[in-house]
Amino acid sequence: MTAPQVRAEAQQEREAALIAAILAGEREKFHDLIRPYERQVYLTSLSLVKDEAEAEDVAQEAILRAYRKLAGFRGDAKFSTWLIAITLNEARTRLREEKRAALDSLDNQIENEGDYTPAVLTDWREVPSDALERKEICALIQQAIAALPDTFREVVILRDMEELSVRETAQALGISLSLVKVRLHRARLLLQKQLAPQLKIELKSKKKGGMLRRLPWF
Amino acid sequence: MVLNCRHVWDRISDYIDGTLDPAVRADVEKHLAHCEICSAVLDSTRNVIVLMADDRVFELPVDFSKRLHARLDQVLATERPDPV
Ligand SMILES: [Zn+2]
Repeated sequence: MTAPQVRAEAQQEREAALIAAILAGEREKFHDLIRPYERQVYLTSLSLVKDEAEAEDVAQEAILRAYRKLAGFRGDAKFSTWLIAITLNEARTRLREEKRAALDSLDNQIENEGDYTPAVLTDWREVPSDALERKEICALIQQAIAALPDTFREVVILRDMEELSVRETAQALGISLSLVKVRLHRARLLLQKQLAPQLKIELKSKKKGGMLRRLPWF
Repeated sequence: MVLNCRHVWDRISDYIDGTLDPAVRADVEKHLAHCEICSAVLDSTRNVIVLMADDRVFELPVDFSKRLHARLDQVLATERPDPV
């Protein structure tokens, strides 16, 4: 077994023990069970509910639901995948209640009709991760993700931001592996098309200011 | 098989994830070796993926964790999990 597999197995055992203890009455251990996944639950919620405060509310509700339904967790998927599926459900229920569900059918049209061509930039230069210290750069990325069709955003957030595998993404969303791959591909190209030119301009405009010139990556 | 740019774009996501079959992967690499446009598309797509994965893009709201665990405390004190 590789080191990550060993770690994953140890984590699964630790979680199974925590779940057994919680169900046996040590309820306060639920805090420990959930702590590693707070960010993941929030991001998953934010993939559908775009308002931050509402995404937090959905994340809390999803975690409470996971507590109440804990005895129903069977251990055939990872705990995190089960938790993400609950979160997606909670977010969808919320959207339906708000009668925004009509948007879904629109999304499906966009999904099948778009022209998925990347931005062609011959003079493209790598954007270093340090650029994320700048709020404008983060905002550009957030906006590009928010502008994706819902079905693409779900996949790209689970796969590329939460770094689930393609299989786990498919399990959490209840869709096929091939659909995950198609949506992921299109989402990535849409993001490249939107962001590559914007990031280039944003970095250039700042560079002229002189302040970042001294940093090693320029 | 000789691939054109469009063919390469259509395979870029699988190429990045390493899920192309070896023969197709070799064809893509042959094309990338001499095509600056596709190389830039590949590198910039990869770059976008690396940036997106960074925790700094979406930060948790301030005190998210504090509010969550306070709410949990209330529920854990009064409710047990549902029976199966
Ligand atoms: Zn090419």
